Amino acid sequence: MVVNFVNFIGSTVIDFAHSVGLFILFLAKAIKAAVTHRLSIKKLLLYMYTIGVESINIVVLTGTFTGMVFALQTYIGFQRVGGEQFLGAVVALGMIRELGPVLTGLMITGRAGSAIAAEIGTMNITEQLDALRTLQINIYQYLVVPRIVGSIIILPSMAIIAMMCGIAGGYIISVYVLGLSPEDYTTSIKNFVELSDITGGLIKSSVFGLILSWVGTYKGYYTEGGARGVGIATTQSVVLSSSLILISNYFLTKLLERM
Amino acid sequence: MIKNNTTNKAPKIAIKLVDLKKKFGAKFVSNGVNLEIPAGKMTVILGRSGEGKSVLLKQIVGILKPTSGNIFIDGIDFSTLSESEYNEQLKKCGYVFQFAALLDSLNVLENIGITLFEKNVNRETILSLVKEKLSLVNLSEDTLYKYPSELSGGMRKRVGLARTLITNPQIILYDEPTTGLDPITARIIHELMYQMQQELQITSVVISHDIEIFKYADYVALLNEGVIKFFGEASTIWESKNEYIYQFIRGLPDGPIQKDIAYAKDKA
Repeated sequence: MVVNFVNFIGSTVIDFAHSVGLFILFLAKAIKAAVTHRLSIKKLLLYMYTIGVESINIVVLTGTFTGMVFALQTYIGFQRVGGEQFLGAVVALGMIRELGPVLTGLMITGRAGSAIAAEIGTMNITEQLDALRTLQINIYQYLVVPRIVGSIIILPSMAIIAMMCGIAGGYIISVYVLGLSPEDYTTSIKNFVELSDITGGLIKSSVFGLILSWVGTYKGYYTEGGARGVGIATTQSVVLSSSLILISNYFLTKLLERM
Repeated sequence: MIKNNTTNKAPKIAIKLVDLKKKFGAKFVSNGVNLEIPAGKMTVILGRSGEGKSVLLKQIVGILKPTSGNIFIDGIDFSTLSESEYNEQLKKCGYVFQFAALLDSLNVLENIGITLFEKNVNRETILSLVKEKLSLVNLSEDTLYKYPSELSGGMRKRVGLARTLITNPQIILYDEPTTGLDPITARIIHELMYQMQQELQITSVVISHDIEIFKYADYVALLNEGVIKFFGEASTIWESKNEYIYQFIRGLPDGPIQKDIAYAKDKA
């Protein structure tokens, strides 16, 4: 009984360490491929388009409604202490520093990160990855690097769109629903939002871009089994990416505070 | 087109496998394979489904790493090579997959010319080379811009072969090239393989369950229980007294080949 329990704990720890090692080694191999091979601009633009541009609808929708709800909820609290004139600044800081990057990361994980895992996973189970190996094509350079670099580059642009939509959504609610003056809303933003807030938000979104594409390509690359395996890899990709985005967000916030 | 070129002269060896073992979990799928494959000839590897024939080919072409043993190609021991030397040597080998394994996001031109596109070869040069290979596998230029989903099974296999040929391999490994094809298309593929081997002096290693392949093959090997149980000339196979090959090619239920394919020895 005790031996079985110890055996279980031991094998779980070993499996976990093996998975983490494999995950980190995967990124190391991608970095090596990125350094030693020329990046195809055509592929890079293609993946920036499929990961980012094709996600614009969902980013605009999420950003706008988050800004609207944020303004509505904040107003209720601020009204009690007479701080309505700070509504614009609070919505803008919230969207720029946290909600814009995090929600963009999560939404693109759901849309594009899962698609990356499913596509590469399907290629894996249908021997397309083996075919690339036999043709002496570096899979990291061909499939992984353009997606990771594309994602790192395009995520900040998507986050900017989410931030702007959120601030605009907050403006619509503040001015047209809550009766705040347009000047109060915009002036508070000008007074309290600094450039470092924006750069911090963009750095975060780049890191989230790395996470979602790294996890998506990794899960696809190590897909096993048939259609069920692809389904599992896709689900795991979304769960792991989302978790890592939320966890890393805390540490990035702490880190960026000190900079 | 039926072969008629049997010779008594000892042929040069293209691939030599020495005590090759491959373990998955606790099971040995290749359990000490020793085999010498003659250069410029067609060797067919037979064996029941699940015997590890594809695993054997995938070890030769570097998709799977052997657990132990040695692979020699043109006399070079692959286990002694650095990664770059190993990759360079692997360029001698091409692999035609059972279901062609074409990249479904690329059209025929991009699939066949993928290695050249990756090397940034001029598009006109690629187009001309791809057309040449398409003609070699008897496909028209109309297929150039079609996607794999728009092709029939036989066409896909021919595109897969053309993709392999564009790398100018000395050795082509075919993994069940006629599986799922009607007898006429299967015959076309067999003749195409034979034509490639004759015209380009390519060493062909073919996994097949189709006994029609014996008409084109030079040598036959039988894999059973993870080891080679028979190796001989294809022309004499029907007269062979080897009990394994006797049972296999006649499809006899009784004999040394077990009905249960879960043969792999548990070495744990």
